[in-house]
Amino acid sequence: MNTESRLEKILASGALAVTSECGPPRGARPEKVKEKAALLKDHVDGINVTDNQTAMVRMSSFAAGIIIKQMGLDPIMQMVSRDRNRLAMQSDIIGAYAFGINTMLCLSGDHAKFGDHPMAQGVFDIDSVQMINMVRRMRDEETFQGGAKIDGAPKMFIGAAANPFADPFELRVMRLAKKIKAGVDFIQTQCIFNLDKFEEWMKGVTDRGLDEKVHILAGITPMKSVGMARYMKNKVPGMDIPDAVIKRLEGVSKEQQPEEGIKMAVESIERIKEIKGVHGFHIMAIEWEEKVPQIVEQAGLYPRPKV
Amino acid sequence: MITAEQKPIQEIIQYIAPYGRILLVGCNECVTVCAAGGRKEVGLLASALHLNSLKQGKTIDIKEITLERQCDPEYVEELAPYIDGADAVLSMACGCGVQTVAGRYKKSPVFPAVNTRFMGASLGQGVWAERCKGCGDCVLGITGGICPVARCSKHLLNGPCGGTSNGQCEISPDVDCAWRLIWERLKALGMENRYEDLMNAKDWRPGGAGGPGKIIREDLAQ
Repeated sequence: MNTESRLEKILASGALAVTSECGPPRGARPEKVKEKAALLKDHVDGINVTDNQTAMVRMSSFAAGIIIKQMGLDPIMQMVSRDRNRLAMQSDIIGAYAFGINTMLCLSGDHAKFGDHPMAQGVFDIDSVQMINMVRRMRDEETFQGGAKIDGAPKMFIGAAANPFADPFELRVMRLAKKIKAGVDFIQTQCIFNLDKFEEWMKGVTDRGLDEKVHILAGITPMKSVGMARYMKNKVPGMDIPDAVIKRLEGVSKEQQPEEGIKMAVESIERIKEIKGVHGFHIMAIEWEEKVPQIVEQAGLYPRPKV
Repeated sequence: MITAEQKPIQEIIQYIAPYGRILLVGCNECVTVCAAGGRKEVGLLASALHLNSLKQGKTIDIKEITLERQCDPEYVEELAPYIDGADAVLSMACGCGVQTVAGRYKKSPVFPAVNTRFMGASLGQGVWAERCKGCGDCVLGITGGICPVARCSKHLLNGPCGGTSNGQCEISPDVDCAWRLIWERLKALGMENRYEDLMNAKDWRPGGAGGPGKIIREDLAQ
């Protein structure tokens, strides 16, 4: 065990882990963070706090993470390389750790073009793979990226994302291998709707034995409506939504679509549970956090183990 | 080459509005090749400015000169006989040329008539694309001859990110994913395994993070 992270302990126990996420508010409203986190608290082992997702300014993941930590819960602080150089990243990491945040996720981040400040200069001083390596060295070698010793090293459990559905597909297992080489501990995947393709990717992962070096949490997103499914298919980069998903949602009335979306999410979890190498689930219910407990329960992942 | 595009004509007109005698200076190098500020563009801009003056019921005196290289003091010296006869200089060179002229003729206001864009290559008639960021530590030798610093929208050295769609960058279907291109090249060269080599965090100092770049060749400098 490298850290005090609850997620690490759950994964080490061999139980399937469950994480979810909470997007911080677009304003100084701590109660909004608390409301969202409270909805998730008994049903997950960690709560991702997104970092200016889709390049829209929000309360920082660092600050929202502290609010969640002070509720006695377990934030997973997301950090994107778009908005910070290596100095800012490292100072935020030691600052977050000083507040008890011990789990984080290293990401490149959506391009600023997608957000409400498309004129901003993206930083991209280091990339997500280099960020993983930096955080690992901060933890294991107790050194800053620049080489100096840290007095009080942050012991972060280190996560990253993987998108099995982006092009080129044949590179996606190698990309995971690269993140493992850099020192990643766990992976949360892009939302899975194309299960066949996910299975194919996981086969590539297990064939190389990579599942023994990293914990893979499968990304699950319930569809609220057929409109959401179409939007994700057409507008969200790197998303793979098979026509069958859209057809199935079209097949029920508008009022029944949310329930159908949840049913599909639960079915996905049941099928993915059977895939070798999957060690848990990351449930991203976008602005629909209140449904996470229901999904976790119906998927047989409740109660959460005590560690 | 360094690419540039002419500024909006209204912006140029605003710069020179207070002045009656303009020295309009082109450059025979990069901006000629990318059709932004060579002899031909100098002539076209001069005509446009004359026409605008006539519309305003004014006259403007424009002296047109295109230097061999506006970023080179030797050629910039050729403006000396004309500088006192002009109230202002309008330069159609890249930012390097504008500054060389401004540095040499300290009493003359010098205005840019083009926006300098990027270091790029020609893709065909009338099309130029960015190819180099001048990072000062070239990685092309390990990325199959395709630059991730200049051509990946996030400058990822261990890409591709998760936003690639149909082989194109997440920012636009018109932008190739640099890492898709790198991967295809590495495959074609039988160097697939190289992809898994970690590329360390870059030292950005030679590319500008260390302050304005300067090269001093001791064997050549006087």
